[in-house]
Amino acid sequence: MTSVIEVENLTKRYGDVIAVDDVGFQIEKDVIYGLLGRNGAGKTTVMSILTAQNFASRGRVRVFGEAPYENARVLPRMCFVRESQKYPDDAKAPHAFRTASLFFPNWDQELCDRLVADFQLPMNRRIKKLSRGQLSAVGVIIGLASRAEITFFDEPYLGLDAVARQVFYDRLIEDYAEHPRTIILSSHLIDEVANLIERVLVIDQGRIIMDETTDDVRGRATTVVGDATAVESFAAGREVIHRESLGRVVSATVLGTLTDDDRRLLATSGLDVAPVSLQQLIVRMTQRAADGRTQNEGALR
Amino acid sequence: MIDDGRALFLQIAESVEDAIIDGSLAEEAQAPSTNELASFHRINPATAAKGVNMLVDKGVLYKRRGIGMFVAEGARRLLLDERRTAFADRYVEPLLAEAAKIGLDADDLRALIRERASAHTTTGGSTL
Repeated sequence: MTSVIEVENLTKRYGDVIAVDDVGFQIEKDVIYGLLGRNGAGKTTVMSILTAQNFASRGRVRVFGEAPYENARVLPRMCFVRESQKYPDDAKAPHAFRTASLFFPNWDQELCDRLVADFQLPMNRRIKKLSRGQLSAVGVIIGLASRAEITFFDEPYLGLDAVARQVFYDRLIEDYAEHPRTIILSSHLIDEVANLIERVLVIDQGRIIMDETTDDVRGRATTVVGDATAVESFAAGREVIHRESLGRVVSATVLGTLTDDDRRLLATSGLDVAPVSLQQLIVRMTQRAADGRTQNEGALR
Repeated sequence: MIDDGRALFLQIAESVEDAIIDGSLAEEAQAPSTNELASFHRINPATAAKGVNMLVDKGVLYKRRGIGMFVAEGARRLLLDERRTAFADRYVEPLLAEAAKIGLDADDLRALIRERASAHTTTGGSTL
């Protein structure tokens, strides 16, 4: 696997706040990543440092093997679709597209036109006057039509309704299939993007807590439901990341891939097995990471 | 059709296998391409490719250069054998284990299965 981005010991401080805390990871070529995490976890900070729109306090960032800052060999090969992208006051969507077409060498005007029709984007209105969803559509169109070798989408869906989001996902899959490239998609709608992303990067309080293929993450946890005694005996010796009970019925989410023996055991002990969605798993993992930290801090005091 | 229990590529491979088993995808017929599978199931093409490659490794599909993927001869037989083994592991093993617990041997089980199966056929197989 070739990596297009390499990050080592990356730290970003804003005054006393550590937004990104000694992070290291690699981004492989032509893979769709999900960059997931809570608000304020550090996702946007990481993406803006990678695209040279922000400075690192410490650490090393390499994009295509080079430092990205003011580097004309690197920057036109990357596209960053920001959630809060600003445009000039009097600009209309065609102005934004024309600017993008000058900057990105792989720009595809035909794809751009098709997407404008798909999203029914008004071309004659100033961007300032567009709705939140239409503004997001402008960003999505630039992100896709730029065909940059690395494209970052930072919560690109704000204000887009379910139909428009599906248009985005469908066009992304289609175009990626024909023009494979590296995509980093930051999203809170985890279950919506779960089937699109090949690898998952979860960032929590400035640290990477998960960096795996989505297929490995799937099946990493299972929820077993049934009689308390049977559930507890199955869960014994396993790591339980969540537990709920209602009378005698207990539902426990355990980590670890189930073996055939496990499945047999579950079947014979009459327990129900439910899959854990990527979203549920990440919610549980980030909660657990937060709990672990409070305990550690408690121990220090 | 996608449930999140197992790896997605396995589920994709299984959907192709199901079509071969039920005959809707005949041997020597052209199989759906990776990109067709990806856009139909709305999944990452790399995941679809992983599922297709697994079927190639298993000898269920083969590639004709420049044309696409085709169902191999004997693929249906191969899959049926595989499903039979999986069926025995997943259903018959726990059945035997539970039966042993309550003192039923293989002959008792056979009689029991016959009895229930004939009840199904007389009621048109609609009972569960």
